[in-house]
Amino acid sequence: MTTLEPILAQHPFFQDMDPDHRRLMAGCASNVRFAASADLFREGETADQFYLIRHGRVALQVFVPGQGRITIDTLQAGDVLGWSWLFPPYLWHFDAQALELTRALAFDGECLRAKCDEDHDLGYTLMQRFARIMMQRLHATRLQLLDVYGIRA
Amino acid sequence: MTTFSDPMRPELHRVQRRRKDTHDTFSLELEASHGVETPWSFAAGQFNMLYVFGVGEVPISISGDPTQPQTLVHTTRAVGPVTKAIQALKPGDTLGVRGPFGTSWPVDACAGQDVVLVAGGIGLAPLRPVIYQLLAQRELYGNIVLLYGTRTPADILYRRQLAQWRARFDMSVDITVDRATDTWRGNVGVVTKLIPNAPFDPLDTVAMICGPEVMMRFTVAALLKRDLAADQMFVSMERNMKCAIGFCGHCQFGPSFICKDGPVMRYDQVVPWFGIREF
Amino acid sequence: MHEQMVVESNDFQHLIDALRQRGYQVVGPTVRDGAIVYETIDSVDDLPVGWTDEQDGGCYQLSKRDDTALFGYAVGPHSWKKFLHPPKLRLWQAQRQDHGSHFQFLDDVQDIPKYAFLGVRSCELHAMAIQDQVFINGPHTDATYASRRQAGLTIAVNCGQAGGTCFCVSMQTGPKATLGFDLALTEILEADRHVFVVEIGTELGAELIRDVPHRVARAEDLRMAEQLVAQTATQMGRSLDTTGIKELLYQNIEHPRWDEVATRCLSCANCTMVCPTCFCTTVEDVTDLTGFQAERWRQWDSCFTQDFSYLHGGSVRTSTRSRYRHWLTHKLATWIDQFGTSGCVGCGRCVTWCPVGIDITEEVRAIRAQEAPNDNA
Repeated sequence: MTTLEPILAQHPFFQDMDPDHRRLMAGCASNVRFAASADLFREGETADQFYLIRHGRVALQVFVPGQGRITIDTLQAGDVLGWSWLFPPYLWHFDAQALELTRALAFDGECLRAKCDEDHDLGYTLMQRFARIMMQRLHATRLQLLDVYGIRA
Repeated sequence: MTTFSDPMRPELHRVQRRRKDTHDTFSLELEASHGVETPWSFAAGQFNMLYVFGVGEVPISISGDPTQPQTLVHTTRAVGPVTKAIQALKPGDTLGVRGPFGTSWPVDACAGQDVVLVAGGIGLAPLRPVIYQLLAQRELYGNIVLLYGTRTPADILYRRQLAQWRARFDMSVDITVDRATDTWRGNVGVVTKLIPNAPFDPLDTVAMICGPEVMMRFTVAALLKRDLAADQMFVSMERNMKCAIGFCGHCQFGPSFICKDGPVMRYDQVVPWFGIREF
Repeated sequence: MHEQMVVESNDFQHLIDALRQRGYQVVGPTVRDGAIVYETIDSVDDLPVGWTDEQDGGCYQLSKRDDTALFGYAVGPHSWKKFLHPPKLRLWQAQRQDHGSHFQFLDDVQDIPKYAFLGVRSCELHAMAIQDQVFINGPHTDATYASRRQAGLTIAVNCGQAGGTCFCVSMQTGPKATLGFDLALTEILEADRHVFVVEIGTELGAELIRDVPHRVARAEDLRMAEQLVAQTATQMGRSLDTTGIKELLYQNIEHPRWDEVATRCLSCANCTMVCPTCFCTTVEDVTDLTGFQAERWRQWDSCFTQDFSYLHGGSVRTSTRSRYRHWLTHKLATWIDQFGTSGCVGCGRCVTWCPVGIDITEEVRAIRAQEAPNDNA
């Protein structure tokens, strides 16, 4: 396969995206694979990419002293992982571990940031999509926070 | 001899078995005692009032198999004096039972359609009779989907059965927890996350939702987003209950008495009242 | 269709005697603790002869009349539900044999009291009919209520004057008694005569009146009786517009008036105690000190209590606002969907006995006046 563009076109994240922008992004993308239990990234590491998961399952985790790595979210095929590449200091806030064999598209954050600076339309498109994802995650997280299954005193 | 208030007087049953489900949840199997021959008959979604001598009485969902009436199973959390007293009962002990009360899940009406069950926490208990009933006549239904969310992996109810159901080729089971340690390889996140990808056809689906009211609220929202109509969804409402026969007034929810117009209610009938705070 | 009769006031005792001879426990109005309450009576002298009441929001006072009317007042804090739907009732008794968990229920024979209610107002007849819907005509029957209703006898009284908080005309429950009585009396008290026009409602009533000196009513008796009742209808202390009231309340669940009334309501539950249709109860399981004997009791409860709606570590209705809203919406709106009629009979008790004088008619008026155009849930 010479270009990743057709794969991008299939992914929900890229639906309705200008083909030119898609091509631009394909240029920053690479096909990656993680074995079960492999880390995609760890908290504190440089966040210079984001992932579109094509297959498998990834756990987003926080290391809690005394409890180990606590999973607070899981992501699977179709999900976007990582937005720490968007803003300085470009460091990961969580751990991400593949729970099973996982295949994803990895996008070069530095490369994309530069392209967004040049082409603001691309920047706007990306911001829109990430903002929507963040909103959905925030909603879901807030509901999790409610601990609805917990016993009330 | 006139005895008064008969529907308020429990029938005696013997505890056959007590099973620990999780750290705070247990299941109790009862048989009719004193030579009562009539097998118990209930519909999925109904509840009984269980009485422990001298302690009190509480409403508990029937969680057993409606097609196997010889044994009566209840699952509950031990949170208050009565449920803790029930938890302390041993096989052979006597318990008072009144019921069954309430409306039931519309299992028969689902024939020919996909069935989506969304359970939250202990809400899986009143839905388990539905699963038994669906699987007893599997050919009548389209896709059967169970989505189950609970607090942590340690709080998962009926693990063995979930694994059995999951292993079937004709049923879809998806489980998620609010949080987990790294030994958990399954989903983490709120149960509504499982809805966008759940394999059912919104045109031809009945959804049955059971869990804490706030969980039912956001589950309904997620199902509406998948184009289910309000009359395709059923919820199980809960309110304070004292008599279970429509006289004490405690279980009112708008114009409905949860003990006789519920607990299972079709969502479109509940819509005017569902979101009102402190109602 | 029976002819109406007339009984002289001097012969009234015969009526009470006739009831007692037939084994009835006569319950009627009497003065006690500064109010007219319902209690067992055996003599005309027990009735509040020559008394009247002055009622308004949060006010109740007795005062002497300048005549000897037997029924010259409106309703007091008691209603007949005190007898039909007793405040405390033992449902059953159970006993444990030994230290094991096995137990048995004991036979609990309770006598069915045979009440003759004397002096029942039209609003109260409607209240009883409303409670019949709750306790007899639903999927379950409350045996206590049903047996007392069946064993009982009702002697109604057509109001000769309206109370300060009465609005039976608005609720179409009076002042003339039209249903549910064995006898209905209208007291005529003039300078030269003091009689009761007696309308016979049932065979039981007809049979009873035979033991009381009476004569057939004349046209002028009937005319006078009608006039009196018609006059009462013009004196109502309050009014409530029931047009579309169910929809009005259903559509105004978040009306600002609820916040306003909540600043006044003490959540004291008086209204529910005095209301003749309020029926909520709670169930209490108790044991004696040995732990071998258990009983289940039923007692009156009120939706105004903090724990009425308790569920999983907290109540659904924690605020006074939500509880007042629940009570009023139930009484005037959801009751209609539940039982086919309004829950309110316009007796005015809740207005009179509210310590801060909250007036149900005023609350409805305020909601109607400031109806939000699109304020539905």
